[in-house]
Amino acid sequence: MRAKGHVFKYGDNVDTDVIIPARYLNSFDAEELASHAMADIDPDFVKKVQSGDMIVANKNFGCGSSREHAPLCLKTAGVSCIIAETFARIFYRNAINIGLPIIECPEAVKGIDAGDEVEVDFDSGAIYNRTKGTQFQGQPFPEFMQKLIAAGGLVNYTNSKKK
Amino acid sequence: MGMTMTQKILAAHAGLESVEAGQLIEAKLDVVMANDITGPMALPIIRQMSDKVFDRDKVVFVPDHFTPNKDIKSAENSKAIRKYAKEQGLTWYFEQGKSGVEHAILPEAGVVTAGECIIGADSHTCTYGALGAFSTGMGTTDVATGMATGKIWFKVPGAIKFVLTGKPGKYVSGKDIIIHIIGKIGVDGALYKSMEFTGDGIANLSMDDRFTMANMAIEAGAKNGIFPVDDQALSYIKEHSKKPYTIYEADEDAVYDEVITIDLSEVRPTVAFPHLPGNAKTIDEIEAMEPVKIDQVVIGSCTNGRMEDMRKAAAILKGHTVHSDVRVMVVPATQKIYKECIKEGLLDIFVDAGCAVNTPSCGPCMGGHMGVMAAGEKCVSTTNRNFVGRMGHVDSLIYLASPEVAAASAIAGYIANPEKISDADFENTEKAGAVR
Repeated sequence: MRAKGHVFKYGDNVDTDVIIPARYLNSFDAEELASHAMADIDPDFVKKVQSGDMIVANKNFGCGSSREHAPLCLKTAGVSCIIAETFARIFYRNAINIGLPIIECPEAVKGIDAGDEVEVDFDSGAIYNRTKGTQFQGQPFPEFMQKLIAAGGLVNYTNSKKK
Repeated sequence: MGMTMTQKILAAHAGLESVEAGQLIEAKLDVVMANDITGPMALPIIRQMSDKVFDRDKVVFVPDHFTPNKDIKSAENSKAIRKYAKEQGLTWYFEQGKSGVEHAILPEAGVVTAGECIIGADSHTCTYGALGAFSTGMGTTDVATGMATGKIWFKVPGAIKFVLTGKPGKYVSGKDIIIHIIGKIGVDGALYKSMEFTGDGIANLSMDDRFTMANMAIEAGAKNGIFPVDDQALSYIKEHSKKPYTIYEADEDAVYDEVITIDLSEVRPTVAFPHLPGNAKTIDEIEAMEPVKIDQVVIGSCTNGRMEDMRKAAAILKGHTVHSDVRVMVVPATQKIYKECIKEGLLDIFVDAGCAVNTPSCGPCMGGHMGVMAAGEKCVSTTNRNFVGRMGHVDSLIYLASPEVAAASAIAGYIANPEKISDADFENTEKAGAVR
Protein backbone atom coordinates (compact mmCIF):
# COMPACT_ATOMS: atom_id res chain seq x y z
CA MET A 1 0.00 0.00 0.00
CA ARG A 2 1.21 3.47 -0.87
CA ALA A 3 0.17 7.02 -0.09
CA LYS A 4 1.15 10.27 -1.76
CA GLY A 5 0.44 13.86 -0.83
CA HIS A 6 1.68 17.26 0.23
CA VAL A 7 3.02 17.90 3.69
CA PHE A 8 1.77 20.00 6.60
CA LYS A 9 4.65 20.41 9.02
CA TYR A 10 4.48 21.04 12.78
CA GLY A 11 6.90 21.16 15.74
CA ASP A 12 7.28 19.29 19.03
CA ASN A 13 4.49 18.12 21.36
CA VAL A 14 1.46 18.67 19.11
CA ASP A 15 -1.21 17.76 21.67
CA THR A 16 -4.65 16.30 21.12
CA ASP A 17 -6.26 19.47 22.54
CA VAL A 18 -5.00 21.48 19.56
CA ILE A 19 -5.74 18.65 17.10
CA ILE A 20 -9.39 18.54 18.21
CA PRO A 21 -10.31 20.92 21.06
CA ALA A 22 -12.59 19.53 23.78
CA ARG A 23 -15.33 22.02 22.88
CA TYR A 24 -16.05 19.82 19.84
CA LEU A 25 -16.06 16.52 21.75
CA ASN A 26 -19.79 16.51 22.37
CA SER A 27 -19.92 14.70 19.00
CA PHE A 28 -18.14 11.61 17.73
CA ASP A 29 -19.39 12.01 14.18
CA ALA A 30 -16.23 11.64 12.07
CA GLU A 31 -17.21 14.25 9.43
CA GLU A 32 -18.17 16.80 12.03
CA LEU A 33 -14.92 16.24 13.94
CA ALA A 34 -12.93 16.48 10.69
CA SER A 35 -14.38 19.94 10.04
CA HIS A 36 -12.54 21.13 13.20
CA ALA A 37 -9.25 19.25 12.68
CA MET A 38 -6.18 21.15 13.92
CA ALA A 39 -8.46 24.06 14.92
CA ASP A 40 -6.25 25.43 17.67
CA ILE A 41 -2.85 25.02 15.99
CA ASP A 42 -3.62 25.71 12.32
CA PRO A 43 -7.07 27.20 11.63
CA ASP A 44 -6.41 27.07 7.85
CA PHE A 45 -5.70 23.33 7.90
CA VAL A 46 -9.23 22.20 7.05
CA LYS A 47 -9.45 24.75 4.22
CA LYS A 48 -6.19 23.58 2.64
CA VAL A 49 -5.99 19.84 3.29
CA GLN A 50 -6.47 17.54 0.29
CA SER A 51 -7.14 13.83 0.40
CA GLY A 52 -3.79 12.03 0.64
CA ASP A 53 -1.92 14.87 2.35
CA MET A 54 0.46 14.05 5.17
CA ILE A 55 1.47 15.51 8.51
CA VAL A 56 5.14 15.62 9.44
CA ALA A 57 6.04 16.65 12.99
CA ASN A 58 8.87 16.58 15.49
CA LYS A 59 8.75 14.66 18.76
CA ASN A 60 5.86 13.47 20.96
CA PHE A 61 3.08 13.99 18.39
CA GLY A 62 -0.40 13.44 19.84
CA CYS A 63 0.48 13.93 23.51
CA GLY A 64 -2.19 14.61 26.10
CA SER A 65 -5.74 13.35 26.14
CA SER A 66 -6.70 9.81 25.10
CA ARG A 67 -9.39 11.11 22.72
CA GLU A 68 -9.53 8.83 19.69
CA HIS A 69 -11.37 11.73 18.07
CA ALA A 70 -7.87 13.12 17.30
CA PRO A 71 -6.58 10.50 14.83
CA LEU A 72 -10.16 10.00 13.59
CA CYS A 73 -10.62 13.67 12.65
CA LEU A 74 -7.26 13.72 10.86
CA LYS A 75 -7.98 10.53 8.93
CA THR A 76 -11.44 11.74 7.96
CA ALA A 77 -10.04 15.13 6.89
CA GLY A 78 -7.95 13.24 4.34
CA VAL A 79 -4.60 12.74 6.08
CA SER A 80 -3.03 9.58 4.64
CA CYS A 81 -0.03 9.27 6.95
CA ILE A 82 1.72 10.96 9.86
CA ILE A 83 5.50 10.92 10.07
CA ALA A 84 7.05 12.07 13.35
CA GLU A 85 10.25 11.72 15.35
CA THR A 86 8.18 10.07 18.09
CA PHE A 87 4.49 9.66 18.95
CA ALA A 88 2.79 9.83 22.34
CA ARG A 89 1.81 6.27 23.20
CA ILE A 90 -1.97 6.58 23.41
CA PHE A 91 -2.11 8.39 20.05
CA TYR A 92 0.12 5.68 18.57
CA ARG A 93 -2.31 2.92 19.61
CA ASN A 94 -5.37 4.91 18.59
CA ALA A 95 -4.00 5.61 15.11
CA ILE A 96 -3.23 1.92 14.49
CA ASN A 97 -6.61 0.87 15.89
CA ILE A 98 -8.53 3.09 13.48
CA GLY A 99 -6.25 2.39 10.51
CA LEU A 100 -4.37 5.69 10.22
CA PRO A 101 -0.80 4.85 9.17
CA ILE A 102 1.93 6.46 11.29
CA ILE A 103 5.70 6.18 10.99
CA GLU A 104 8.50 7.16 13.34
CA CYS A 105 11.48 8.45 11.34
CA PRO A 106 13.57 11.36 12.70
CA GLU A 107 15.69 11.54 9.53
CA ALA A 108 12.64 11.98 7.31
CA VAL A 109 11.29 14.69 9.61
CA LYS A 110 14.56 16.62 9.18
CA GLY A 111 14.54 16.11 5.42
CA ILE A 112 10.95 17.14 4.70
CA ASP A 113 9.61 20.69 4.59
CA ALA A 114 6.06 22.02 4.57
CA GLY A 115 4.55 21.74 1.12
CA ASP A 116 6.92 18.99 -0.09
CA GLU A 117 5.31 16.15 -2.01
CA VAL A 118 5.99 12.87 -0.21
CA GLU A 119 5.22 9.27 -1.07
CA VAL A 120 5.24 6.44 1.48
CA ASP A 121 5.41 2.71 0.84
CA PHE A 122 3.86 1.16 3.95
CA ASP A 123 5.01 -2.37 3.14
CA SER A 124 8.69 -1.48 3.10
CA GLY A 125 8.57 1.63 5.33
CA ALA A 126 10.30 3.64 2.57
CA ILE A 127 9.60 7.39 2.52
CA TYR A 128 10.28 9.31 -0.71
CA ASN A 129 10.50 13.10 -0.77
CA ARG A 130 9.46 13.64 -4.42
CA THR A 131 10.07 17.40 -4.22
CA LYS A 132 13.67 17.07 -3.07
CA GLY A 133 14.42 13.68 -4.65
CA THR A 134 15.51 12.13 -1.35
CA GLN A 135 14.60 8.86 0.38
CA PHE A 136 14.36 7.71 4.00
CA GLN A 137 13.73 4.40 5.72
CA GLY A 138 11.06 4.40 8.42
CA GLN A 139 10.78 1.84 11.22
CA PRO A 140 8.64 -1.08 10.03
CA PHE A 141 5.85 -2.13 12.40
CA PRO A 142 6.39 -5.19 14.62
CA GLU A 143 4.76 -8.34 13.25
CA PHE A 144 1.83 -8.23 15.66
CA MET A 145 0.93 -4.69 14.63
CA GLN A 146 1.23 -5.60 10.96
CA LYS A 147 -1.38 -8.29 11.61
CA LEU A 148 -3.60 -5.71 13.30
CA ILE A 149 -3.27 -3.33 10.38
CA ALA A 150 -3.76 -6.09 7.81
CA ALA A 151 -6.97 -7.16 9.58
CA GLY A 152 -8.22 -3.58 9.27
CA GLY A 153 -7.82 -2.57 12.90
CA LEU A 154 -8.32 -3.99 16.36
CA VAL A 155 -12.07 -4.72 16.12
CA ASN A 156 -11.73 -6.86 12.99
CA TYR A 157 -8.64 -8.52 14.41
CA THR A 158 -10.50 -9.39 17.64
CA ASN A 159 -13.49 -10.72 15.69
CA SER A 160 -11.25 -12.79 13.38
CA LYS A 161 -9.70 -14.50 16.42
CA LYS A 162 -13.14 -15.56 17.67
CA LYS A 163 -13.93 -17.51 14.49
CA MET B 1 16.35 -11.03 34.96
CA GLY B 2 14.44 -9.09 37.60
CA MET B 3 11.18 -7.30 36.89
CA THR B 4 9.88 -3.87 37.81
CA MET B 5 6.67 -3.59 39.84
CA THR B 6 4.73 -2.82 36.63
CA GLN B 7 6.27 -5.77 34.80
CA LYS B 8 5.31 -8.12 37.62
CA ILE B 9 1.66 -7.04 37.49
CA LEU B 10 1.62 -7.38 33.70
CA ALA B 11 3.27 -10.82 33.79
CA ALA B 12 0.71 -12.06 36.32
CA HIS B 13 -2.18 -10.80 34.17
CA ALA B 14 -0.70 -12.33 31.03
CA GLY B 15 -0.26 -15.69 32.74
CA LEU B 16 3.50 -15.55 32.22
CA GLU B 17 6.38 -16.35 34.58
CA SER B 18 8.20 -13.25 33.47
CA VAL B 19 8.11 -10.46 30.91
CA GLU B 20 10.68 -7.96 29.72
CA ALA B 21 10.59 -4.46 28.28
CA GLY B 22 9.45 -4.36 24.66
CA GLN B 23 7.61 -7.68 24.78
CA LEU B 24 4.09 -7.72 23.31
CA ILE B 25 1.61 -9.48 25.59
CA GLU B 26 -2.11 -9.95 26.01
CA ALA B 27 -3.28 -9.32 29.56
CA LYS B 28 -6.51 -9.88 31.48
CA LEU B 29 -8.23 -6.76 32.73
CA ASP B 30 -9.68 -6.17 36.20
CA VAL B 31 -11.40 -2.86 35.48
CA VAL B 32 -12.25 -1.17 32.16
CA MET B 33 -13.62 2.37 32.35
CA ALA B 34 -14.98 5.06 30.05
CA ASN B 35 -16.61 8.48 30.53
CA ASP B 36 -19.26 10.55 28.77
CA ILE B 37 -16.89 11.61 25.96
CA THR B 38 -15.23 8.27 25.24
CA GLY B 39 -18.04 5.94 26.40
CA PRO B 40 -20.78 6.77 23.86
CA MET B 41 -18.27 6.34 21.04
CA ALA B 42 -17.32 2.91 22.47
CA LEU B 43 -20.85 1.49 22.42
CA PRO B 44 -21.18 0.80 18.67
CA ILE B 45 -17.64 -0.63 18.73
CA ILE B 46 -18.46 -3.01 21.62
CA ARG B 47 -21.59 -4.14 19.75
CA GLN B 48 -19.47 -5.09 16.75
CA MET B 49 -17.72 -7.60 18.99
CA SER B 50 -20.26 -8.69 21.58
CA ASP B 51 -23.84 -8.26 22.78
CA LYS B 52 -22.62 -8.29 26.34
CA VAL B 53 -19.73 -6.78 28.25
CA PHE B 54 -17.24 -9.39 29.46
CA ASP B 55 -18.07 -8.88 33.14
CA ARG B 56 -20.73 -6.56 34.53
CA ASP B 57 -18.69 -5.99 37.71
CA LYS B 58 -15.61 -4.89 35.81
CA VAL B 59 -16.96 -2.50 33.19
CA VAL B 60 -17.40 1.02 34.55
CA PHE B 61 -18.95 4.21 33.17
CA VAL B 62 -18.53 7.61 34.77
CA PRO B 63 -20.26 10.55 33.11
CA ASP B 64 -18.13 13.45 34.38
CA HIS B 65 -16.68 15.56 31.56
CA PHE B 66 -19.65 17.51 30.21
CA THR B 67 -21.93 16.72 33.16
CA PRO B 68 -24.21 18.11 34.42
CA ASN B 69 -24.97 18.04 30.69
CA LYS B 70 -23.76 21.22 29.06
CA ASP B 71 -25.89 20.99 25.91
CA ILE B 72 -28.24 18.72 23.99
CA LYS B 73 -25.51 16.66 22.34
CA SER B 74 -23.86 16.01 25.71
CA ALA B 75 -27.23 15.07 27.17
CA GLU B 76 -27.72 12.54 24.36
CA ASN B 77 -24.26 11.09 25.02
CA SER B 78 -24.92 10.72 28.75
CA LYS B 79 -28.29 9.18 27.97
CA ALA B 80 -26.64 6.59 25.71
CA ILE B 81 -24.24 5.33 28.37
CA ARG B 82 -26.91 5.48 31.10
CA LYS B 83 -29.19 3.29 28.98
CA TYR B 84 -26.36 0.88 28.13
CA ALA B 85 -25.30 0.59 31.78
CA LYS B 86 -28.88 -0.31 32.74
CA GLU B 87 -29.28 -2.77 29.87
CA GLN B 88 -26.08 -4.53 30.81
CA GLY B 89 -26.81 -4.42 34.54
CA LEU B 90 -23.48 -2.80 35.33
CA THR B 91 -22.55 -2.68 39.01
CA TRP B 92 -20.51 0.49 38.61
CA TYR B 93 -22.34 3.26 36.83
CA PHE B 94 -21.87 6.58 38.57
CA GLU B 95 -24.81 8.92 38.12
CA GLN B 96 -24.67 12.64 38.78
CA GLY B 97 -25.42 13.35 42.42
CA LYS B 98 -23.80 10.10 43.54
CA SER B 99 -20.67 10.50 41.54
CA GLY B 100 -17.63 12.64 40.89
CA VAL B 101 -14.63 12.99 38.66
CA GLU B 102 -13.74 9.48 37.48
CA HIS B 103 -10.21 9.28 38.89
CA ALA B 104 -11.37 10.51 42.29
CA ILE B 105 -14.51 8.39 42.51
CA LEU B 106 -13.02 5.03 41.48
CA PRO B 107 -10.50 4.82 44.34
CA GLU B 108 -12.98 6.42 46.78
CA ALA B 109 -15.72 3.90 45.93
CA GLY B 110 -13.26 1.01 46.07
CA VAL B 111 -13.66 0.04 42.41
CA VAL B 112 -9.89 -0.14 41.96
CA THR B 113 -7.30 -1.72 44.23
CA ALA B 114 -3.69 -2.85 44.54
CA GLY B 115 -2.23 -5.28 42.03
CA GLU B 116 -4.96 -4.83 39.43
CA CYS B 117 -4.57 -4.30 35.70
CA ILE B 118 -6.81 -1.39 34.71
CA ILE B 119 -7.47 0.51 31.50
CA GLY B 120 -9.65 3.55 30.99
CA ALA B 121 -10.60 5.68 28.03
CA ASP B 122 -9.14 8.73 29.65
CA SER B 123 -5.45 9.57 29.72
CA HIS B 124 -5.41 10.24 33.47
CA THR B 125 -6.39 6.65 34.25
CA CYS B 126 -2.77 6.33 35.41
CA THR B 127 -3.97 7.88 38.72
CA TYR B 128 -4.66 4.46 40.31
CA GLY B 129 -0.96 3.68 40.32
CA ALA B 130 -1.02 5.41 43.72
CA LEU B 131 -2.71 2.24 45.01
CA GLY B 132 -0.05 -0.06 43.57
CA ALA B 133 -2.12 -1.00 40.53
CA PHE B 134 -1.03 -1.05 36.89
CA SER B 135 -3.33 1.47 35.32
CA THR B 136 -3.16 3.27 32.01
CA GLY B 137 -5.18 5.39 29.60
CA MET B 138 -6.18 4.19 26.16
CA GLY B 139 -8.46 5.27 23.34
CA THR B 140 -12.02 4.28 22.67
CA THR B 141 -11.35 1.29 20.39
CA ASP B 142 -8.92 -0.29 22.87
CA VAL B 143 -11.29 0.24 25.77
CA ALA B 144 -14.29 -1.03 23.78
CA THR B 145 -12.27 -4.17 23.02
CA GLY B 146 -11.40 -4.49 26.69
CA MET B 147 -15.07 -4.13 27.62
CA ALA B 148 -16.13 -6.79 25.11
CA THR B 149 -13.36 -9.32 25.73
CA GLY B 150 -11.74 -8.58 29.11
CA LYS B 151 -8.32 -8.57 27.49
CA ILE B 152 -6.05 -6.15 25.66
CA TRP B 153 -2.55 -6.15 24.20
CA PHE B 154 0.30 -4.30 25.86
CA LYS B 155 3.86 -3.55 24.97
CA VAL B 156 5.69 -4.19 28.26
CA PRO B 157 7.25 -0.89 29.31
CA GLY B 158 10.73 -0.22 30.64
CA ALA B 159 10.88 2.06 33.64
CA ILE B 160 12.47 5.05 35.25
CA LYS B 161 12.96 4.60 38.98
CA PHE B 162 12.45 7.71 41.09
CA VAL B 163 14.01 7.40 44.52
CA LEU B 164 12.24 9.91 46.75
CA THR B 165 14.05 10.91 49.95
CA GLY B 166 13.40 13.44 52.70
CA LYS B 167 10.31 15.33 53.73
CA PRO B 168 8.61 18.04 51.68
CA GLY B 169 8.28 21.54 53.16
CA LYS B 170 5.05 22.91 54.59
CA TYR B 171 3.69 24.33 51.34
CA VAL B 172 5.03 21.61 49.05
CA SER B 173 2.69 18.83 48.00
CA GLY B 174 2.41 16.12 45.35
CA LYS B 175 1.63 18.72 42.68
CA ASP B 176 4.87 20.63 43.23
CA ILE B 177 6.86 17.39 43.24
CA ILE B 178 5.39 16.06 40.00
CA ILE B 179 5.73 19.39 38.17
CA HIS B 180 9.32 19.53 39.43
CA ILE B 181 9.91 16.02 38.05
CA ILE B 182 8.27 16.74 34.66
CA GLY B 183 10.32 19.94 34.48
CA LYS B 184 13.43 17.84 35.04
CA ILE B 185 12.75 15.04 32.54
CA GLY B 186 10.49 16.82 30.03
CA VAL B 187 6.99 16.14 28.70
CA ASP B 188 8.29 13.11 26.81
CA GLY B 189 10.93 12.19 29.40
CA ALA B 190 9.16 8.95 30.28
CA LEU B 191 7.66 8.24 26.84
CA TYR B 192 6.39 4.62 26.61
CA LYS B 193 7.81 3.93 30.12
CA SER B 194 6.66 3.42 33.69
CA MET B 195 7.50 5.93 36.36
CA GLU B 196 8.14 3.83 39.47
CA PHE B 197 8.30 5.83 42.67
CA THR B 198 10.31 4.36 45.53
CA GLY B 199 12.31 5.49 48.54
CA ASP B 200 11.73 6.34 52.19
CA GLY B 201 10.43 9.79 51.25
CA ILE B 202 7.17 8.16 50.16
CA ALA B 203 6.21 7.68 53.80
CA ASN B 204 6.05 11.49 53.98
CA LEU B 205 3.53 11.67 51.11
CA SER B 206 -0.19 11.37 51.82
CA MET B 207 -2.40 9.23 49.59
CA ASP B 208 -3.77 12.41 48.03
CA ASP B 209 -0.19 13.50 47.19
CA ARG B 210 0.39 10.13 45.55
CA PHE B 211 -2.84 10.28 43.52
CA THR B 212 -1.76 13.70 42.23
CA MET B 213 1.68 12.42 41.24
CA ALA B 214 0.50 9.21 39.57
CA ASN B 215 -2.22 11.24 37.81
CA MET B 216 0.33 13.42 36.04
CA ALA B 217 2.68 10.60 34.95
CA ILE B 218 1.02 10.90 31.53
CA GLU B 219 2.23 14.51 31.34
CA ALA B 220 5.77 13.12 31.17
CA GLY B 221 4.63 10.77 28.39
CA ALA B 222 4.60 7.77 30.74
CA LYS B 223 2.47 4.69 30.28
CA ASN B 224 1.87 4.56 34.02
CA GLY B 225 3.06 5.87 37.36
CA ILE B 226 3.16 3.51 40.31
CA PHE B 227 3.80 3.58 44.05
CA PRO B 228 4.66 0.70 46.37
CA VAL B 229 1.90 -0.46 48.72
CA ASP B 230 2.95 0.68 52.20
CA ASP B 231 0.94 0.84 55.44
CA GLN B 232 -0.66 4.11 54.44
CA ALA B 233 -1.80 2.72 51.08
CA LEU B 234 -3.02 -0.46 52.73
CA SER B 235 -5.13 1.37 55.26
CA TYR B 236 -6.64 3.49 52.41
CA ILE B 237 -7.42 0.34 50.44
CA LYS B 238 -8.99 -1.42 53.42
CA GLU B 239 -11.06 1.65 54.27
CA HIS B 240 -12.44 2.02 50.74
CA SER B 241 -12.58 -1.37 49.04
CA LYS B 242 -13.86 -4.83 49.76
CA LYS B 243 -12.14 -6.31 46.71
CA PRO B 244 -9.30 -8.79 47.06
CA TYR B 245 -5.96 -7.15 46.40
CA THR B 246 -2.42 -8.28 45.64
CA ILE B 247 0.74 -6.52 46.66
CA TYR B 248 3.54 -6.60 44.12
CA GLU B 249 7.07 -5.41 44.73
CA ALA B 250 9.79 -4.74 42.21
CA ASP B 251 12.57 -7.34 42.19
CA GLU B 252 15.86 -6.35 43.83
CA ASP B 253 17.56 -6.82 40.45
CA ALA B 254 14.87 -5.14 38.36
CA VAL B 255 16.26 -3.39 35.32
CA TYR B 256 15.62 0.35 35.03
CA ASP B 257 16.43 2.62 32.10
CA GLU B 258 17.34 5.34 34.55
CA VAL B 259 17.40 6.03 38.29
CA ILE B 260 16.66 9.57 39.46
CA THR B 261 16.90 10.64 43.10
CA ILE B 262 14.73 13.49 44.32
CA ASP B 263 15.27 15.04 47.75
CA LEU B 264 11.75 16.15 48.64
CA SER B 265 13.03 18.66 51.18
CA GLU B 266 14.62 20.60 48.33
CA VAL B 267 11.47 20.83 46.17
CA ARG B 268 9.94 24.32 46.19
CA PRO B 269 6.36 25.33 45.40
CA THR B 270 6.50 24.92 41.62
CA VAL B 271 4.29 26.22 38.82
CA ALA B 272 4.11 25.02 35.20
CA PHE B 273 3.96 28.02 32.85
CA PRO B 274 2.19 27.96 29.47
CA HIS B 275 2.03 25.84 27.35
CA LEU B 276 3.61 22.67 28.71
CA PRO B 277 3.35 20.88 32.07
CA GLY B 278 7.14 20.60 31.99
CA ASN B 279 7.67 24.36 31.77
CA ALA B 280 8.38 24.46 35.51
CA LYS B 281 9.34 27.52 37.52
CA THR B 282 9.87 27.61 41.28
CA ILE B 283 8.00 30.18 43.33
CA ASP B 284 11.35 31.86 43.99
CA GLU B 285 11.96 32.30 40.27
CA ILE B 286 8.41 33.62 39.88
CA GLU B 287 8.87 36.10 42.73
CA ALA B 288 11.93 37.48 40.95
CA MET B 289 9.80 38.18 37.85
CA GLU B 290 7.21 40.86 37.08
CA PRO B 291 4.01 39.72 38.83
CA VAL B 292 1.87 37.51 36.57
CA LYS B 293 -1.59 39.05 36.98
CA ILE B 294 -4.44 36.58 36.67
CA ASP B 295 -8.15 36.55 35.83
CA GLN B 296 -9.24 33.12 37.03
CA VAL B 297 -8.36 30.40 39.51
CA VAL B 298 -9.60 26.81 39.37
CA ILE B 299 -9.16 24.52 42.37
CA GLY B 300 -10.31 20.99 41.62
CA SER B 301 -10.03 18.18 39.01
CA CYS B 302 -8.80 14.58 39.02
CA THR B 303 -5.39 16.02 39.88
CA ASN B 304 -6.23 18.22 42.87
CA GLY B 305 -9.91 18.02 43.79
CA ARG B 306 -9.53 15.70 46.79
CA MET B 307 -10.21 16.38 50.45
CA GLU B 308 -6.70 17.36 51.36
CA ASP B 309 -6.61 19.78 48.42
CA MET B 310 -9.82 21.39 49.65
CA ARG B 311 -8.44 21.70 53.18
CA LYS B 312 -5.18 23.22 51.98
CA ALA B 313 -6.93 25.76 49.78
CA ALA B 314 -9.36 26.66 52.58
CA ALA B 315 -6.56 27.11 55.09
CA ILE B 316 -5.05 29.80 52.84
CA LEU B 317 -8.37 31.44 51.92
CA LYS B 318 -9.75 31.57 55.46
CA GLY B 319 -10.36 35.14 56.53
CA HIS B 320 -9.37 36.55 53.13
CA THR B 321 -11.32 37.68 50.12
CA VAL B 322 -10.65 36.86 46.51
CA HIS B 323 -8.98 39.72 44.59
CA SER B 324 -11.49 41.91 42.78
CA ASP B 325 -10.01 41.12 39.35
CA VAL B 326 -10.15 37.34 39.87
CA ARG B 327 -12.91 34.74 39.49
CA VAL B 328 -12.39 31.57 41.51
CA MET B 329 -14.01 28.20 41.02
CA VAL B 330 -13.63 25.48 43.64
CA VAL B 331 -14.72 22.07 42.36
CA PRO B 332 -14.72 19.27 44.95
CA ALA B 333 -14.02 16.12 42.95
CA THR B 334 -16.75 13.89 44.41
CA GLN B 335 -20.04 14.20 46.29
CA LYS B 336 -18.40 12.70 49.37
CA ILE B 337 -15.68 15.36 49.29
CA TYR B 338 -18.34 18.02 48.70
CA LYS B 339 -20.23 16.85 51.78
CA GLU B 340 -17.10 16.69 53.87
CA CYS B 341 -16.35 20.29 52.83
CA ILE B 342 -19.77 21.27 54.18
CA LYS B 343 -19.19 19.34 57.41
CA GLU B 344 -15.78 20.86 58.04
CA GLY B 345 -17.02 24.38 57.28
CA LEU B 346 -14.84 24.72 54.18
CA LEU B 347 -17.76 25.68 51.96
CA ASP B 348 -18.38 28.67 54.24
CA ILE B 349 -14.75 29.69 53.88
CA PHE B 350 -14.87 29.40 50.07
CA VAL B 351 -18.16 31.23 49.68
CA ASP B 352 -17.27 33.92 52.21
CA ALA B 353 -14.00 34.51 50.35
CA GLY B 354 -15.95 35.02 47.11
CA CYS B 355 -15.34 31.68 45.35
CA ALA B 356 -17.92 29.95 43.20
CA VAL B 357 -18.27 26.33 44.33
CA ASN B 358 -19.21 24.01 41.47
CA THR B 359 -20.71 20.56 41.57
CA PRO B 360 -18.19 17.74 40.83
CA SER B 361 -17.27 17.80 37.11
CA CYS B 362 -14.22 17.88 34.82
CA GLY B 363 -15.81 20.99 33.23
CA PRO B 364 -13.26 23.82 33.41
CA CYS B 365 -10.12 21.61 33.11
CA MET B 366 -10.60 20.97 29.39
CA GLY B 367 -12.57 24.08 28.50
CA GLY B 368 -15.72 22.00 28.57
CA HIS B 369 -18.08 24.17 30.56
CA MET B 370 -18.39 26.10 33.84
CA GLY B 371 -15.29 28.27 33.62
CA VAL B 372 -14.29 28.63 29.95
CA MET B 373 -11.76 31.41 29.37
CA ALA B 374 -11.81 34.37 26.98
CA ALA B 375 -8.94 35.64 24.80
CA GLY B 376 -5.96 36.96 26.73
CA GLU B 377 -7.17 35.70 30.11
CA LYS B 378 -4.81 34.00 32.54
CA CYS B 379 -5.71 31.21 34.93
CA VAL B 380 -3.90 29.58 37.82
CA SER B 381 -5.29 26.09 37.84
CA THR B 382 -4.73 22.99 39.95
CA THR B 383 -5.53 20.87 36.88
CA ASN B 384 -3.04 18.92 34.78
CA ARG B 385 -2.65 20.48 31.33
CA ASN B 386 -1.75 23.97 30.20
CA PHE B 387 -1.81 23.32 26.46
CA VAL B 388 -2.83 26.02 23.97
CA GLY B 389 -6.61 26.52 24.21
CA ARG B 390 -7.06 23.77 26.81
CA MET B 391 -9.37 25.82 29.04
CA GLY B 392 -10.99 27.97 26.38
CA HIS B 393 -9.81 30.58 23.90
CA VAL B 394 -6.66 29.73 21.99
CA ASP B 395 -5.09 32.94 23.34
CA SER B 396 -5.81 32.21 27.01
CA LEU B 397 -2.97 31.15 29.32
CA ILE B 398 -2.86 28.45 32.01
CA TYR B 399 -0.46 28.18 34.94
CA LEU B 400 -0.58 24.80 36.68
CA ALA B 401 -0.08 24.93 40.44
CA SER B 402 -0.85 23.36 43.80
CA PRO B 403 -4.06 24.23 45.69
CA GLU B 404 -2.03 26.41 48.04
CA VAL B 405 -0.37 28.45 45.30
CA ALA B 406 -3.75 28.71 43.56
CA ALA B 407 -5.46 29.94 46.73
CA ALA B 408 -2.70 32.45 47.51
CA SER B 409 -2.88 33.69 43.90
CA ALA B 410 -6.66 34.07 44.15
CA ILE B 411 -6.18 36.47 47.04
CA ALA B 412 -3.20 38.32 45.57
CA GLY B 413 -4.46 38.67 42.00
CA TYR B 414 -1.16 37.41 40.67
CA ILE B 415 0.79 34.14 41.00
CA ALA B 416 1.72 34.26 44.66
CA ASN B 417 3.78 32.42 47.24
CA PRO B 418 1.62 30.68 49.88
CA GLU B 419 4.52 30.97 52.33
CA LYS B 420 3.94 34.72 52.42
CA ILE B 421 0.24 34.51 53.15
CA SER B 422 0.60 35.00 56.90
CA ASP B 423 2.83 38.06 56.76
CA ALA B 424 1.51 39.79 53.65
CA ASP B 425 -1.70 41.65 53.01
CA PHE B 426 -2.82 39.97 49.82
CA GLU B 427 -6.10 41.83 49.66
CA ASN B 428 -4.63 44.64 47.64
CA THR B 429 -2.36 44.19 44.63
CA GLU B 430 -0.49 47.46 45.17
CA LYS B 431 0.17 46.72 48.80
CA ALA B 432 1.03 43.11 48.12
CA GLY B 433 3.37 44.31 45.39
CA ALA B 434 5.12 46.49 47.95
CA VAL B 435 5.46 43.60 50.37
CA ARG B 436 7.03 41.50 47.66
